[in-house]
Amino acid sequence: MQTIPMLTILIFLPAAGVMGLLCLRKDDHEWIRRFAFVVSLLELMASVWFLLAGVPLGSNGYKLEEFHQWISLGPHLDAPQTWINYHLGVDGISMFLVILTAFLTVVSILCSWKSIDKRVKEFFIMILLLEVGVVGVFLSLDLFLFFLFWEVMLIPMYFLIGIWGHDRRIYATIKFVLYTMSGSILMLIGILWLYNATGTFDLPSIQLALQHGGLVLPRSTETLLFLAFFVAFAIKVPLFPFHTWLPDAHVEAPTAGSVILAGVLLKMGTYGMIRFCLPLFPDAAKRFATPIAVLAIIGIIYGALVALVQPNLKKLVAYSSVSHLGFVVLGIFAFQTVSMQGAVFQMLAHGISTGGLFLLVGMLYDRRHTFEMSQFGGLCAPMPQLAAFFLFVALSSMGLPMLNGFVGEFLILLGTYQVHWNWASWAATGVILSACYLLWSYQKVFYGDITVEKNRTLPDISTRERAILVTMAVITLWMGIGSTFFTDRTASASQAVIDQMQRPQHAEEAIVPAPAKPSQPAPGRPANATGSAIAPIASAAPRPNSLERLGTR
Amino acid sequence: MPILDHLWIIPLLPLLGSAINGLLGGKWPHNIVNSVALGATGLSFACALEAVREFVSEPNHQALVHRHFFDWISAGTFTAGFDLQMDQLTVVMLLVVTGVGFLIHIYSTGYMAHEGGYYRFFSYLNLFMFFMLILVLAANYVLLFVGWEGVGLCSYLLIGFYFLKKSAADAGKKAFIVNRIGDFGFMLGMFLLFRAFGSLDFTTVFQKAADPSWAHEPWGQFGTMTVACLLLFMGATGKSAQLPLYVWLPDAMEGPTPVSALIHAATMVTAGVYVVARSHILFVHSETAMVVVAVVGCATAFFAATIGLVQTDIKKVLAYSTVSQLGYMFLACGVGVFSAGIFHLMTHAFFKALLFLAAGSVIHAMGGEQDMRHMGGLSKKIKYTYWTMLMATLAISGAPLFAGFFSKDQILLGAYTIEGGKPLYAIGLLTALLTAFYMFRLIFLTFHGQQRYDEHHVHVHESPRSMLGPLVILAVLSIFGGWLALPAFWGGPDYFANFLAPVFSGGEASAAAAASEAAAHSLELPLAGVAVFTALLGFAVAFWLYIRQPGKPEAIAKSVGGLYTTLLNKYYVDELYAAVIVKPLLWLSTEVLWKIVDVAGIDGTVNGIAHGTTSLGDTVRHTQSGNTRSYAVWVVIGALVILAVIFLWPYWSAARPVAGMVR
Repeated sequence: MQTIPMLTILIFLPAAGVMGLLCLRKDDHEWIRRFAFVVSLLELMASVWFLLAGVPLGSNGYKLEEFHQWISLGPHLDAPQTWINYHLGVDGISMFLVILTAFLTVVSILCSWKSIDKRVKEFFIMILLLEVGVVGVFLSLDLFLFFLFWEVMLIPMYFLIGIWGHDRRIYATIKFVLYTMSGSILMLIGILWLYNATGTFDLPSIQLALQHGGLVLPRSTETLLFLAFFVAFAIKVPLFPFHTWLPDAHVEAPTAGSVILAGVLLKMGTYGMIRFCLPLFPDAAKRFATPIAVLAIIGIIYGALVALVQPNLKKLVAYSSVSHLGFVVLGIFAFQTVSMQGAVFQMLAHGISTGGLFLLVGMLYDRRHTFEMSQFGGLCAPMPQLAAFFLFVALSSMGLPMLNGFVGEFLILLGTYQVHWNWASWAATGVILSACYLLWSYQKVFYGDITVEKNRTLPDISTRERAILVTMAVITLWMGIGSTFFTDRTASASQAVIDQMQRPQHAEEAIVPAPAKPSQPAPGRPANATGSAIAPIASAAPRPNSLERLGTR
Repeated sequence: MPILDHLWIIPLLPLLGSAINGLLGGKWPHNIVNSVALGATGLSFACALEAVREFVSEPNHQALVHRHFFDWISAGTFTAGFDLQMDQLTVVMLLVVTGVGFLIHIYSTGYMAHEGGYYRFFSYLNLFMFFMLILVLAANYVLLFVGWEGVGLCSYLLIGFYFLKKSAADAGKKAFIVNRIGDFGFMLGMFLLFRAFGSLDFTTVFQKAADPSWAHEPWGQFGTMTVACLLLFMGATGKSAQLPLYVWLPDAMEGPTPVSALIHAATMVTAGVYVVARSHILFVHSETAMVVVAVVGCATAFFAATIGLVQTDIKKVLAYSTVSQLGYMFLACGVGVFSAGIFHLMTHAFFKALLFLAAGSVIHAMGGEQDMRHMGGLSKKIKYTYWTMLMATLAISGAPLFAGFFSKDQILLGAYTIEGGKPLYAIGLLTALLTAFYMFRLIFLTFHGQQRYDEHHVHVHESPRSMLGPLVILAVLSIFGGWLALPAFWGGPDYFANFLAPVFSGGEASAAAAASEAAAHSLELPLAGVAVFTALLGFAVAFWLYIRQPGKPEAIAKSVGGLYTTLLNKYYVDELYAAVIVKPLLWLSTEVLWKIVDVAGIDGTVNGIAHGTTSLGDTVRHTQSGNTRSYAVWVVIGALVILAVIFLWPYWSAARPVAGMVR
């Protein structure tokens, strides 16, 4: 037992910051910025401090758990009382994602210092609210709570793009929200179905029930549930062919929005796959592994090829994300420890390097108010430092050894190759293509003669910008050279995901007949969403202790 | 503190130099930048010497020295440490890299003195030294790959050093991307090795590969070795500019000349040869891979030499010559005489670095002119450059007792003695003829004959001492560097091969080369005679065409018009790649993937659904007309539907029993 609810603090510290911001005067921009910055910095320090200490090296399972019954749902199945719980916990995978979120929030606040000058107060409120949602997603262990944060996160993002975005911001933001929501609906149905079958929203309990045969899913049901969750996450990742919201959202979003969007929001999708799709529905995951891997590989190559021909620099970076996230999905669905470790690492590395690229593109935009590469050219001369940082980040993004991008990509491909050499071989072409689009665009923007007169006098990076970039460069190097610091800590959690996919034999037998019951649904109970041909054995099979425990806890 | 236990110092010094110059050098005067860069490289060279001394003076100096410093990557069963190792092969590479590298650093202080971005240049050059040293010291494939990619990066930066020039930026980019294509193969090769051996450490992989029982494991049956070797070799063709990935190297001449000497002649481009030699235990297990290596090497040697015949840019000639000489090294590896390949790598580092540096001195003297058609008669004006370059030319042409003579002869001998190697030998010999010809063509066009430049515009002057010093040292090495193998001619010990024997014993013993040791020795002298005669012939033809009959080459070119233009345009390979790969790919990406699949297809569907929803709502809206009579009709229709359901439901559900159950 712990006395301080550390995870709650991590989630709601930014919310407290929002309260503070509300008390500040609307036109006192400088103090608003400073206050938001301090809050985000506190959050970063707290996350590093709490989580690195709270999740000891080599530990198994969830740490720093917090459990409270929250909303009573009345009797369900044979439990007298069921609950939506406030259940938080962290393991090696979510830990770094939270730290990454906190870090990128600081970065995005710093990079908006000058470039946001309208509705300043609202902007920083939205950024902090976004942080609440994202951190909540990574720390929730209750499906309902997870879904809640998943949706909460949409609202600030909607406004960030819609208010502070560029020309086509309304189109982009509506597209972003509708796209994501249509996936979320499916996930919601899946979550409700699971509650209906087990009487709980608690992730560890459902997992145990599935693992020990307390809940047996027939093949078709498992498939449907898997797809319900998977599509929601695939849209978020985004996996080809659900990716078309991404270029629009990125191009229209303000820099801070893009940094967080690419840096952490996309990781929510891959995180969801690791946390839900694989452990809960392993057999369906195995059945769908090949088509998903094919989509991931298409995404890798396709994203890279389309990035190659973009005249718009920000769109190019956006498509490169499609390509990079394809690697992550491939690593997850190879079901290898090595590739899973690589996928987790790549999620973090991509957050830093693509976040960095968006940051740099944003800096160019601040100076020239355009993303068109034809408007640039020869920028090495007026801004050598920015050019140097851009090259550095681009190299990390294309996976140069000793920088962060290499470790993840290498482990993913290495692990995948051990079981599917053809997947890995196709995916590895992405290594060539990433060099192509990044070097091509780098040349167009920074090399050659200056073609637009305005560019001749552009100022190089400011002290504030340099501070951000140097920090990111140091992290990039650290992750590239000292990668074991990260992989040692994610190892047991990644291994656990692989282990959870191993089901005892009896669970794979199909339908267990269940006694007929009156088909009238209990009042307040959600309708059986996936159709009537499903036979959960909630009342027939002996239920594991965890479910009993939760019913009375 | 024995350096041997702290091998990391050797690469770290140049890295420090690079970081210091890169971060602070911008504001420093040249001499401080110099001292940092030269100090770092010089110290590194000194440390390397000391490490080598410790290594050879160890009582049991056959053994490989292996040091683990920290875990770099680890996941699941895979670990890659920051491990460095030293054996005889490393010793050779280490001395070549630090020694020649140091000389070229010295030369650069003179050559780059008047160029902008002085600190940037030395920062990159030191960074290159770092990665190259990692490459040769690495004790596993992953760490080797760090150096491998890193030198590619430095090559990119240095080729594109004059980034305002589009051709330079293009060339740098091309080098990196073509290398990446090779790296793609290299990575897959590593994955396969890990799959087969469960490790990427050299010692483990080679031990397991040498174990005869391994061949019977399931994976051993289906040509794993062959595939792995070919994939590694694909990486080598990229880095070492072999067919079909050689296209970047000639373009790389856009970089400053010291870069061409260091990276694109002496060190980086030989990395592919090094990898093949390092992995020789794998290669000798695969007949197919060996044949491929030999044939590709031999074909490249010949192919590049033919292009070199007609080039007019002094650096381009040397570039194709490098490609050609690298082909020789691969030929050596392919026929199983790895030590000869490494020997040629070393002598080539001496004389080719010298050729480039001397060419740089010529360019410097001519005020930037690189076209040999605008030179001529320079031998009197820049004597040091002339004589040193002549030494290097003699060495590369295989003049007796010069360095290249010994190494090239060993390769040709190896090709001759191997079973079925006669065609390779013949092509190799023909290439030697071409080499002698184009090299003396270069000498004659540049230094002899008519003066073909305007003396009022070009003020020819000898280069400063900082540039001439390295030239002289390299000239000495080009002359005597081959004598390590001299006694072998009289049946005595071949010091070089004996030194490398602990590394290659496993591989060469099984290769055919060593089997007929005695026969080889008796062949050595006659074959050397043939080679000398060939070189003389090449020299004579060049002499006749460019000194005796200066008008003749043009006439010949005209008479074989098609062939000449084909050679001049390098067989149109660049154009072919552009037309077959680059353009279709860009077209596909723009017109099909982006505009049709992405925008019209996927996004069109998404937006179509959105528009569909809107128009559906719009249609349904009209039912809310406010017209009472139409509402009445809807009420009646609704009532009818409900009645129908109520009455028909039992029949319907009876006909179709509910499967499973609803709780």
